Amino acid sequence: MSTATPTTRTRLLLDGTGPDREAHLARYGPLPRSGCVDLLTTVQDSGLTGRGGGGFSTATKIRAVAASPRRPVVVGNGLEGEPLSAKDAVLLARNPHLVLDGLELLARALRARSAILALPEAADTTAIGVAAGDRGVEVVPLPGGFVAGQETALVNQLDGGPAMPRDPFTRVTDAGVGGRPTLVLNVETLAQLALVVRYGASWFTSIGVDDDPGSSLFTISGSVRHPGVVEAERGSVLRAVLAAAEPRKIGAVLVGGYHGAWVPASGLGVRLTDRELATYDASVGAGVLHVLDDSACPLAHAAEIVDYLASESAGQCGPCLNGLPRMADDLRRLAAGARDPALPGAIRRLSRLVTGRGACAHPDGSARFVASTLDVFRGHVAAHLEGWCPSAQRRAAS
Amino acid sequence: MPLGAAEGGVVTTRLHIDWTRCDGHGSCAELLPELLGLDDFGFPVVRFAERDPAIPRRDEEAARHAVRSCPVMALRLYEPG
Repeated sequence: MSTATPTTRTRLLLDGTGPDREAHLARYGPLPRSGCVDLLTTVQDSGLTGRGGGGFSTATKIRAVAASPRRPVVVGNGLEGEPLSAKDAVLLARNPHLVLDGLELLARALRARSAILALPEAADTTAIGVAAGDRGVEVVPLPGGFVAGQETALVNQLDGGPAMPRDPFTRVTDAGVGGRPTLVLNVETLAQLALVVRYGASWFTSIGVDDDPGSSLFTISGSVRHPGVVEAERGSVLRAVLAAAEPRKIGAVLVGGYHGAWVPASGLGVRLTDRELATYDASVGAGVLHVLDDSACPLAHAAEIVDYLASESAGQCGPCLNGLPRMADDLRRLAAGARDPALPGAIRRLSRLVTGRGACAHPDGSARFVASTLDVFRGHVAAHLEGWCPSAQRRAAS
Repeated sequence: MPLGAAEGGVVTTRLHIDWTRCDGHGSCAELLPELLGLDDFGFPVVRFAERDPAIPRRDEEAARHAVRSCPVMALRLYEPG
């Protein structure tokens, strides 16, 4: 299925041609016509995984829908509810047709009943709407929110319901939009798939690492001179990826966003692949890299994030609704200098308590972030309990 | 041969909690004390930290009772596979 192989090392995600279809076809070549079996084989061989956060095997997900006798619904998820992530918006602005290519390839191969592109209401969807219109893809603007892009919450909204996750007992690949088997893929995953089908699995796997091939988009933010979105090989060294953004004095890097985990300044040599990031209980996720300056108090910063996470609970599941605000309170007190030695233990206990006890990933992700904060900034926690803050001292010294 | 199959082909029954329905009435923890406790807020906690815990044979009847007794029908038993 492999056709003309591009000669550059760039993965072509960010140097698209905007909404101009002719220019897109000239740049990337025609869209191959591939049947379901061919497409599945290629995607399977490529080892492509979801780029929206979950990191699940894309081939496995497609197969779950392909197995159904009912015609499925294919959904591109561009909601990007993570405040630190901008890569989906940048991709959609620069390379909308590559995302649409992914949707069209899947819709054709799976004989889908419909293909939908879900985008945040707040985004300007005029150009993408025009581009999608004559390609049989329906663009649906939806309200945002942190959990709105969780697979079951997205399906719920497309069915006319609120942005609330559903009980995952029934998988959306079995019964999703309108009760039909539904394939939800992140928009970057769709763009990657469009490249994989065009240029072949071996092209895709020629960069990255053996157990985690290809490339990813990363959104770099925080204490850097040039925040923005870059594309890098999977398995790139964290320090090297950050270099383009010119970070200031790095205290730690939050990898994977608000549901992610911290990599301390001593760990910048880690490779951005789930196997190596597991050391820090982190994963590549949706490619968020947020730099915390070493003069900023990490506990204060984390407390703000957990406050936000608690406020973004859909409020449906008791442990999340009750546990997250209490976890946020305790962390805020610790950050503010309450010298209560019971606080770290109480926070840890709450983080274990909410884990695995909700309809979506929100309690688990929030708990992971909190546990990582206590682990990575252990010295900082101890200092706060003694009544001082190492970051405040560094600020005073500089 | 996997251990489960060696146990005379017994299929394990698991308990699923629909957290979007559960309001913390607590009857399940009363009827299945070996398996479920209650957290600080009155919501069920699986004692051995499994998302959908396997139900030991001797607790199956009590589990069925708990499922029937939940006022918001947040519980169900199922056999994976």
